[in-house]
Amino acid sequence: MALTEQEILAGLGKIINEITGISADEVTPEKSFVDDLDIDSLSMVEIAVAAQDEFGVEIPDDQLKNLKTVKDVISFIQA
Amino acid sequence: MKLGQGAPAARILAFGGYQPANVVTNDDLAARLDTNDEWIQSRVGIKERRVAGPEESEIDLAVQAGGKALAASGLSSDDIDLVIVATCTIEAPIPNAAGRVAHRLGITAPGAFDINAACAGFCYALAAASDAVRSGSATNVLVVGSEKLSQWVDSEDRSTVVIFADGAGAAVVGPSDRPGIGPVAWGSAGDKAEAIQIKDRRSFLYQEGQTVFRWATTALHPVAKLACERAGVDPSDLAAFVPHQANLRIVESIARKLGADNAVVARDIVLAGNTSAASIPLALSRMIERGEVQSGGLALLLGFGAGLTYASQVIEIP
Repeated sequence: MALTEQEILAGLGKIINEITGISADEVTPEKSFVDDLDIDSLSMVEIAVAAQDEFGVEIPDDQLKNLKTVKDVISFIQA
Repeated sequence: MKLGQGAPAARILAFGGYQPANVVTNDDLAARLDTNDEWIQSRVGIKERRVAGPEESEIDLAVQAGGKALAASGLSSDDIDLVIVATCTIEAPIPNAAGRVAHRLGITAPGAFDINAACAGFCYALAAASDAVRSGSATNVLVVGSEKLSQWVDSEDRSTVVIFADGAGAAVVGPSDRPGIGPVAWGSAGDKAEAIQIKDRRSFLYQEGQTVFRWATTALHPVAKLACERAGVDPSDLAAFVPHQANLRIVESIARKLGADNAVVARDIVLAGNTSAASIPLALSRMIERGEVQSGGLALLLGFGAGLTYASQVIEIP
């Protein structure tokens, strides 16, 4: 069964909080990782790896650089 | 034909470390490159590193660290019959480093060879030394990791010059009645060989940071756990975890996944940068010197780097 946007968002919020210390409440779909959340490329790799464990979807490095916002990641996981 | 008789087990008698005198701070680098202290500390965790001048070679660094380990071991140069130098940054590949290091330390006619397994080199060399003692190929072995990365790094490349540094670390391995060096868990991933490379003799060191970071934070904690399993040691029984000092975030990520809750985690990169094959013995010698770890405790070593290569084993702290 496919996960809903809300379920993925909640999971991402938890992962981002664990890796960066940013509050899960801050993690909303329209936020940009770099500009709004101040997350660097290495943290993005850690988030991608944790997301793979959580959602079972691999996000390769060459795809990762195209995922600018939280919504982009949710869409990638849902696709 | 008959076989030689080795010792029942091998152990580490002593460590020694050496860094060149010249300290390069993040502010020193920021003064001439587009980088800054906050960026460097947050990405790689380094505050300062040491860089050797033209008058000091990787051989000189190895002699300093090797001499310290030998002195601390209580053995004399006459007792050593095998010298192994782990290095991937030797200025000229002929002759090897080990023979020259042995000669400078007054070690007469030992077996002498270099190992290139990049940042995993020390753990590979330690495994070879342990096996040599146990098989009877050697009685006491001097193992040195020595690197002068500064001569292979582009001083204008901010992505590498902030990370890589110079230094050396050494250990003396000798016979023992009970195991002091556990079985090695080692391997390689040649499919990712291009992720860290010096392309040809006119090129500088290049690293695909994200590829290496992803590999290091996902593929290596199982290797570390396997080394524990092979030694019959639970990660919670480790007094220290000493992974290669590649990047503080990699160190902390692997430590978290390992679950070595009672272990002191080496964070020597903060003051030493990434010194490749030297980083593990350099970190351990400093941890012992500062009393951060006690003699008799168990430490898990984990080397990993270009190749890509990796190796891990449990040791008893001398």
